Amino acid sequence: MRPQVHAGDLPATGPAIEVRFRLNGAEVAVEVDPAERLLETLRYRLGLTGTKEGCAEGECGACTVHVDGVPANSCLILTFQIEGRDIQSVEALDETALEPFLAGGATQCGACTPGVVMTASWVVAHPNLLQTHRIRELMAGNLCRCTGYDGIIDSVEAALPGAGNA
Amino acid sequence: MAKLTGRERYVDDLSIGDHLWGATVRSPCARGRIRSIEFGPGVDWSKFTIVTADDIPGRNAVFLMEYDQPALADDRVRHVHEPVVLLAHPSRDVVRRAAKLVAVHVDPEPAVLDFCAPPTSDQIQYGDDNVLKHILVEKGSVEDALAAAPIVVEGEYFTGAQEHVYLETQGMLAYVEEGVVVILGSMQCPYYVVKALKPLLGCDESGLRVIQTATGGGFGGKEEYPSTIAAHAALLALKSGRPVKLVYDRWEDMAVTTKRHPARIRHRTGVDETGRLLAQDIEVVLDGGAYVTLSPVVLSRAVIHAGGPYACDNVRIDGRAVFTNAVPFGAFRGFGAPQAYFGLERHMDVVAARLGFDPAELRRRNLIRDGQSTATSQTIRDGVDREEVLDLALRMAGWADRRGEIERRNAADPLVKRGLGLATFHHGAGFTGNGEVMLQSVVHVAGMPDGGIEVRAASVEMGQGTTTIFTQLAADRLGLDPDRVAVAQPDTHRVPDSGPSVASRTAMVVGHLVERACDDLRSRLGLDGDDRGEAVSAAIRTWYAGADGAPGELVGEAVYVQPAHIEWNEETYRGDAYGAFAWAAYVAEVEVDLRTCETRVTDFIAVQEVGRVLNQTLACGQIQGGVAQAISWALLEDFHWKDGAMQNAQLTNYIIPTSDDLPRIRVAFLEVPYEHGAQGAKGIGELPMDGPAPAIANALAHALGVEAGRIPLTPERLLAELNRRAESASGGERRVAS
Repeated sequence: MRPQVHAGDLPATGPAIEVRFRLNGAEVAVEVDPAERLLETLRYRLGLTGTKEGCAEGECGACTVHVDGVPANSCLILTFQIEGRDIQSVEALDETALEPFLAGGATQCGACTPGVVMTASWVVAHPNLLQTHRIRELMAGNLCRCTGYDGIIDSVEAALPGAGNA
Repeated sequence: MAKLTGRERYVDDLSIGDHLWGATVRSPCARGRIRSIEFGPGVDWSKFTIVTADDIPGRNAVFLMEYDQPALADDRVRHVHEPVVLLAHPSRDVVRRAAKLVAVHVDPEPAVLDFCAPPTSDQIQYGDDNVLKHILVEKGSVEDALAAAPIVVEGEYFTGAQEHVYLETQGMLAYVEEGVVVILGSMQCPYYVVKALKPLLGCDESGLRVIQTATGGGFGGKEEYPSTIAAHAALLALKSGRPVKLVYDRWEDMAVTTKRHPARIRHRTGVDETGRLLAQDIEVVLDGGAYVTLSPVVLSRAVIHAGGPYACDNVRIDGRAVFTNAVPFGAFRGFGAPQAYFGLERHMDVVAARLGFDPAELRRRNLIRDGQSTATSQTIRDGVDREEVLDLALRMAGWADRRGEIERRNAADPLVKRGLGLATFHHGAGFTGNGEVMLQSVVHVAGMPDGGIEVRAASVEMGQGTTTIFTQLAADRLGLDPDRVAVAQPDTHRVPDSGPSVASRTAMVVGHLVERACDDLRSRLGLDGDDRGEAVSAAIRTWYAGADGAPGELVGEAVYVQPAHIEWNEETYRGDAYGAFAWAAYVAEVEVDLRTCETRVTDFIAVQEVGRVLNQTLACGQIQGGVAQAISWALLEDFHWKDGAMQNAQLTNYIIPTSDDLPRIRVAFLEVPYEHGAQGAKGIGELPMDGPAPAIANALAHALGVEAGRIPLTPERLLAELNRRAESASGGERRVAS
């Protein structure tokens, strides 16, 4: 159930906090509400709308970004927590590396896709993960309702080093 | 590529000027009279735009089939979460929190929440029996045939609701520009929004412009409901004089938007000892929810598909959609057919077991041959060998050997049980009966001054590949490079009404109109069918050069014409229900761990005949995605209702599968071209939703000997069934989960 909200909470929950971090290679500083999530900061404050809100509770992975190089759900991170961290969003990905995903049927409606490619690019960059995990396991944090996943799994395989496409 | 890089703009990614954010205040209960609306203390409400039913300039209804559903409830509410008050404010966060501080006080009245129970007199809210629609299909004489049948098998089956869970939640952006209300948003049917908003706003088509933005999945969920959100955004924009964005979060989207109709299906089937179907007596009841929405048409498709791909001389299908005070149910991929098919195909296995037949053999003996007819007396003559479809699926599964092997393993393994299940089915593509004639769909193909062309249709891209298919069809038809073909963004001030993007009709029906509009363009240029490619481009450029800057455009047009072979009687429900059917046989293998009662689908085979496959990747993606959605409906998607409200409207506890929960879905196509479909194509979007649930239930019955008559087959439900069985076998001792 949704939490009860009291009138006293409106309009803001507290004084603004200044947060500095690295975003897609550039230093940024933002003033945010203490309750603001990284997803909202990226989308509504910085205009980086590639990162999507799917569920806002860490289930679907549509809002996946890299925090210090590791995939994370930006809906579960309060922006003040990323002070001094290195954030990469889908806008920073190299387009040519995404070719296998286009050919492999990894995207239909596209709403889960930015999150999928953020996780997938991490898997592709760390192929040693596949010594202990299967691709299906590694991709399980990104829900897709269109493809049935086979197109996504095939595309990740095709993008791996040595598959002829990476 | 824009989808991969995050550049694609969905409605929530748009920012128009200094827009406000909207929010919706809803009914707290399922039925009652609104006593008062209370705006909580401590908030400066003058900073908000507030809209109630009093602010509606025209008729207070979201029109599609009937005027019964108000845009905003005024004196009474008929379902929980019914919209009552709208708010807008510059801050997204503030307006969402403020909406929780507005209380709608309702004096409750007796609500109907069980669609199977006959309503009491104080629960009647539609007609004199709450029946929204009744349909009867009759062929031969069922009663006589059942009386004469040596074996009669009865069964009762239930299917639950299903939420679409498109990954992009619903949303609209509305603003007023030079007296025109402009709506942008996520939708399947731009002209449905026009149809709904004209009477609401009291304007004509020139005063209303609807533009589809990139749409992150639909599955039917963005067929009718977007009209409600568009209405709300438009009302807020009109009152505030500012652009307003109204985007649902996941909780709101799951709790309030339409879902798949729950259903109860009953069968009484007469067979002889050879397995021949002598009579099918079928009853279909759908929970219609509050308001008519599309329930009559969903019921129609359920009823027409309820008899299946079998030849039977005596059929009676009695269908009802009943009003309840549930959140309205609506379109969802398959549109009633999956519910009907769960009942039929689970029941076919029950019949096979009674006869001691292999389930595949019973089906084989009854599959329609060319020249035989369906339940609506539609004679099938499409040249498809339906046995070949079945045989390919059985071969891919190694059916007989695998069933035997599984049974031997099950006997030796006390903890993990396996099962193999089958379903054979069909799905009609396009609108039912005369529906396409009523739609009168139009497509334009415009020549552009640079020699390229632009396809203009209201059919939307929502992930299923409309843009790719239209590009490919137009390029092939005129011999142009695909780079010379543009597909216009659906915008009701720019594109004609090619009908809704539903019912597996876009590639087959609208695609064929694209081809014919290309032909019309070519003939307007004075060219014939042999003129292709550069000859067409050159003629287009010449046309514009000749026009010498005069206004006007070169536009080819095609209007739907019903193929001559279709004859349908809406009164008797007899005749050609669909121009074409796709035919399929699916096999599921499951594994159940008795320690957890969790079911895993370990192999899935989907074989179908779909006319010509236009694009292998897209077609395969449609089948795999549909199968995944149906596996999920069969096993995972469980609604927890309380007083008509969905209690688990979150992805945390309304579960859809991850990549690690599904097997590879093995897909095969057989292709027999359909002459009235684009390049011979038939519709495929909905087909894969029909077969997986019964195939899985049949596999579970094979694995565990359970009835598996109700989906979703969650661990809890399987455990209850196993307990019941153990109890009756051991005279009362309960089996417990260890």
